[in-house]
Amino acid sequence: MKFAVIRFPGSNCDQDCVLAINALPGASADYVWHKDTSLGDVDAVVVPGGFSYGDYLRCGAIARFSPIMKAVQEFASAGGTVIGICNGFQILCETGLLPGALVRNKGLHFVCKHQYLRVESTDSRFTSGATKGQVLNIPIAHGEGCYFADDATLEELRAQDRVLLRYCDANGNTSDAANPNGSCDHIAGICNEGRNVFGLMPHPERACDPLLGPTDGLVIFQSILNAQVLQPA
Amino acid sequence: MKVLVTVLPKPSVLDPQGAAAAEAIRHLGIIGVGRVRIGKMIELELPDSTPDEDIHRISRDLLSNPVIEDYSISKQ
Repeated sequence: MKFAVIRFPGSNCDQDCVLAINALPGASADYVWHKDTSLGDVDAVVVPGGFSYGDYLRCGAIARFSPIMKAVQEFASAGGTVIGICNGFQILCETGLLPGALVRNKGLHFVCKHQYLRVESTDSRFTSGATKGQVLNIPIAHGEGCYFADDATLEELRAQDRVLLRYCDANGNTSDAANPNGSCDHIAGICNEGRNVFGLMPHPERACDPLLGPTDGLVIFQSILNAQVLQPA
Repeated sequence: MKVLVTVLPKPSVLDPQGAAAAEAIRHLGIIGVGRVRIGKMIELELPDSTPDEDIHRISRDLLSNPVIEDYSISKQ
């Protein structure tokens, strides 16, 4: 399975994503420069974390206009697998591939730590390898990770089972204390209506090597890989 | 012409910077401060012939994010 990892000026998690994916049997990843207009022959797209365009104007606001994003939008519209991590999540929201927006953390500080997350839905190609209610321990690192959407959008996300991850404590309980950034409804990750585009603030690619601590991020990439294998030709 | 575009967070969006500034104003000893919202102002130099529609497009599609922000335009 081939992954394209998009590189914008200011991306800084692109290499982590490529390393994590290439370590998986049956998966390979290559960089795609943001000025390219084609993704090439790939099965999935990763929009990695970082500070694309220095977060000028708003996080992800300028990256949205990069030439490659037209190809990513077409790929997503055709049902292709797209995962946006951290700044990638912000970019997918700015692009309109996912609803809502990520705003400044409630506590104003940049938060960089391991964070517990609860898998809310396994009905997606990103979480099918997990179990509902499973608690994952995955790093977060962001200053603008507070998920905001209006009430109607939040209701739609809940009704359609599109909240895939919520912030929680070690026991899987959500609370304001366990919510690191003030996100609406403790949301850490959502998918689109077609369930083929996923955005999340935590960094699963930083939790794939036992040398670095927990490897709970593997279940995300492994789910994507398994979904591809199971997909009818 | 010069056009000033003001972008502010929507009232429904939490603005922790504004809340922190309001608290600091109280620390100045000035009481009675209500809600404070922090946004940004963008100055554009545009040909005089630029249609309003284009200024709105710039403001709506790039300078602000309608999900979280409102904008207003003032021609100088």
